Amino acid sequence: MVRAVAIASINQKLLRDFWQLRGQAVAIAMVIASGIATLVMSLSTLDTLSFSQQRFYQESRFATVFANVTRAPTNLEDRLRSLRGVAQLETRVVAPVRLKMGLSDQPIGGKIISLPDSGRPLLNGLFIFKGRSVKAGRNNEIVINNAFAEAHDLRPGDSLKAIINDRINRLTIVGTATSPEYVIHTPPGVLIPDYKRYGIFWMNRRTLAALYDMEGAFNDLTLSLADGVNAEDVIDQLDEILDPYGNVGAYDRDEQASHRFLTMELEQLSAMATLIPAIFLGVAAFLFNIVISRIISFQRQQIATLKAFGYSNISIAWHYIKLVLIITVFGIAIGMAAGIYMGQAMSDMYGEYYRLPFLLYRLEWPVVVLAFAVSVIAAVGGTLFSLYQAIRLPPAEAMRPEAPLAYCRSVLEKWGILRFFSTPEKMIIRQLQRRPLKVALSAIGTAMACAIIILGSFGYDSVQRLLDIQFKHNWKEDLGVNFAEAQPISALGSLRNLQGVYAVEPFRFSAVELRAEHYREKTVIQGYRPGSQLRPNLDLTHRSTDLPTTGLVINQFLASTLGVKRGDLVTVKFLEGSRKVREVPVTLVINELSGIVAFMNLDALNRLLGEGDRATGAWLAVDMEILPEIYRTLNNWPGILGSYTRQELLKNFTDMLDEQIVAFMLVTTLLAGCIAFGVIYNSMRISLSERAQELASLRVLGLTTREVGYILLGEQALIILAAIPLGLLTGYGLCVVMVENTATDLLRLPLVISRETYTAAALIVIVSGLISGLIVWQRIKRLDMVSVLKTGS
Amino acid sequence: MLDHKAQQAVFHTDKLTKTYPMGEVEVHALRGIDLDVYAGELVVLLGTSGSGKSTLLNIIGGLDVPTTGQVIYNGQNLTQASDAELTEFRRLNVGFVFQFYNLIPSLTARENVAVVTEIATDPMSPDEALALVGLTDRGDHFPTQLSGGEQQRVAIARAIAKRPAILLCDEPTGALDSKTGIVVLEALEKANQTLGTTTILITHNASIADMADRVIFLSDGQISHEKVNALKLSPREIQW
Repeated sequence: MVRAVAIASINQKLLRDFWQLRGQAVAIAMVIASGIATLVMSLSTLDTLSFSQQRFYQESRFATVFANVTRAPTNLEDRLRSLRGVAQLETRVVAPVRLKMGLSDQPIGGKIISLPDSGRPLLNGLFIFKGRSVKAGRNNEIVINNAFAEAHDLRPGDSLKAIINDRINRLTIVGTATSPEYVIHTPPGVLIPDYKRYGIFWMNRRTLAALYDMEGAFNDLTLSLADGVNAEDVIDQLDEILDPYGNVGAYDRDEQASHRFLTMELEQLSAMATLIPAIFLGVAAFLFNIVISRIISFQRQQIATLKAFGYSNISIAWHYIKLVLIITVFGIAIGMAAGIYMGQAMSDMYGEYYRLPFLLYRLEWPVVVLAFAVSVIAAVGGTLFSLYQAIRLPPAEAMRPEAPLAYCRSVLEKWGILRFFSTPEKMIIRQLQRRPLKVALSAIGTAMACAIIILGSFGYDSVQRLLDIQFKHNWKEDLGVNFAEAQPISALGSLRNLQGVYAVEPFRFSAVELRAEHYREKTVIQGYRPGSQLRPNLDLTHRSTDLPTTGLVINQFLASTLGVKRGDLVTVKFLEGSRKVREVPVTLVINELSGIVAFMNLDALNRLLGEGDRATGAWLAVDMEILPEIYRTLNNWPGILGSYTRQELLKNFTDMLDEQIVAFMLVTTLLAGCIAFGVIYNSMRISLSERAQELASLRVLGLTTREVGYILLGEQALIILAAIPLGLLTGYGLCVVMVENTATDLLRLPLVISRETYTAAALIVIVSGLISGLIVWQRIKRLDMVSVLKTGS
Repeated sequence: MLDHKAQQAVFHTDKLTKTYPMGEVEVHALRGIDLDVYAGELVVLLGTSGSGKSTLLNIIGGLDVPTTGQVIYNGQNLTQASDAELTEFRRLNVGFVFQFYNLIPSLTARENVAVVTEIATDPMSPDEALALVGLTDRGDHFPTQLSGGEQQRVAIARAIAKRPAILLCDEPTGALDSKTGIVVLEALEKANQTLGTTTILITHNASIADMADRVIFLSDGQISHEKVNALKLSPREIQW
């Protein structure tokens, strides 16, 4: 009975302590909640996307190996099917298509893929969003890619004009769909999706074969592998059979465009989704630990009193652990809830962008356990450390107030510098000098909060910088035109003669595999002429006039992937035409940031290919006013596959930036702001508790609230001011780590942190300081002067 | 001895009461105190713990407000003063001496005095104040480097340095042994005599009452009686 009462009253104390600490408890809980929310949001988004991707691949039977040929007879199929290791194999007809949409004359390109005349595709099944798939024997039906449908507001029942093999066909849309092969797709020669100007379509095989002169033949095949079979083995056998038919080289999923794009995006997201939350949670846990330990050490007299009453060390420890756990669990719960909510929103947003047909929200248990463990360890660790400090003293000693700090004269005073300060200022300076560790921890805590704000915003600056480099520095064309196949450069003359066209520059993009010893990399060699006005710069330091007459220009990233340097020979295997293999020296290594880049002098490239002066497209400088007229001309040109304007491209990039990075940035900045506030507020509150006596004495002696506030808040302001440069520097360091860890083939983020980001980080810290200061100010106003007279300092 | 009738009261309290809510019950700390304190006198408020002497001192010092009644200081009604006005009142007119000294640990003895002289209108120099309490050579010491008696003398120097009209002392010798206590009381007496500062000292130590001009006995929140010392003793003559 007695025991029960004792437990009840100590729990009562627990609840009252909690209630008394409520302001601080909420601020601390915010710190840990922000760390957890970032972790849960990022990892659950990543899990959701990867899991949904895998599930979609599985359900739609995504193929593992892909090959394209110029034309191969269908009777080859049996031989291919019997290859060792092949589970399912399907041949198809794939044709380039040009569309005429509505009133716009802008050439819109795309690809039509055949569907089996009867039954579902064995591989790469369609996911139908609206309507249905094409029916057997219906030769005017077409299924269109969902993203394209949305971009043009098309729905089943609408019709469109498709130009296949130079013949115009009027087709009826029966459904909108996606397939695992084209979850995400980009127009040829463009880095990011452009669903408005490039689409994917599906029709019956017989119809398409007739339109594209592919009857009794195929030009594309996909297959799945039997369990345990190595893709390389099948690819080798496949290449051997297909080589006589204009084989471009079979490849596995890793090189499949959509999969590769998606995987890299997810990798990039993964780097962000693990690194940022790891840093966030780490920082939050560290701060949590500091704050908790200061709160516990402040309870030293109470701890001694409980000990004097006969409570064992363990029961006291448990008592305080419970107090801390209440705060921790509160923080974890808020963090989880916010993280799940934001994770769902973030997944929806990314899912939309990556065009995954469905999303299965996932929150993996290890994430939850990790979040729990890190928070609890940080909290309990901080508690036990301070408890140990309090418990190891005999109760009588611990019950006495901590001995006043012994102050002594510092160097500043010996030099007489302190003479110039008022007495309150001397108090501030001495206080800072006297407790360097505490001050350092406060400053480090604030600095870390400042640093993670920079880390959260850095992505935006970095991508903005990339866009600036590409769109303002490197790319100057107004309009880009892509041909379905390489055309003689002389054919561009008709474009040059148009009124309003100021410049036409041919380019040739050639798909290649580059090899150096055992390293291989598939990429595109971009051939254009030195001295180009429309692509005047290779990178920030090299101009297009630097394009050497022979040899390859590659970027640093590709050079390190291939393990080559300037002067080394690289084997270039062309994946088109006569599939020539040539040894080419690397004549220049540049510092281009957007993934894998290879440039060549157009004439040198054409010489290597031996097909005469040809181009796969052209860049134009035009009067944008006459764009419709240019489009009309282009539309009458048989070989045009599609076009883009630099403005549209920039808009696509900017939209993507706004959608993804800005959302992520806002959320992380908000959470980092919460952490900053939590740390600064607690630091001020603890400082106020520790010095309430001193400050109240000064109030009794006639100092005004403002004068007393100046002493406390001035000290805190100095800590914050010292923390800001440290935080900016640490933020820079975290971004370096981030850049190193997020580089993919598609993109390397440049290490750019704008002045605005630095300013915003500093401002958020200052504003957190001001808000905390205002709250603490209210408490300074209510300092209990009466009790001061009765208690010792 | 001072002739009260010939003098204007510095402080005049009128039916002061103070009630604290303490959970369900109300504690009546003061139950109608009428008191006049005259310029230059040294008054000891004597009473046991809970008699209301600290509450009275707090109200006179502008740290607390009465539940009913009023305090008039030189014609100014303190009960109607705002927080800023009370601060101003303390700043200009009142010197406080606490039982536990309440020196600022991060400031030297001289700076502890300076923290008050810097905001006063006509202060003496910190060194002058320290000389008055016999601590000329301890000005550069921090509180932890001083004995309890020395710390309390610094506190007295801090209280008198701004030449306050009133010195309020709350158990100034409560934390000290008798020998040190005497030194501290001598410092207070000196301040009272040389500067003419009206001094109110509260204590539960009856012996100290012998050094007062007038002793007010408090009991249960009321003034039980009052004694005028025909013969003031110096602190050294007091029997502890």
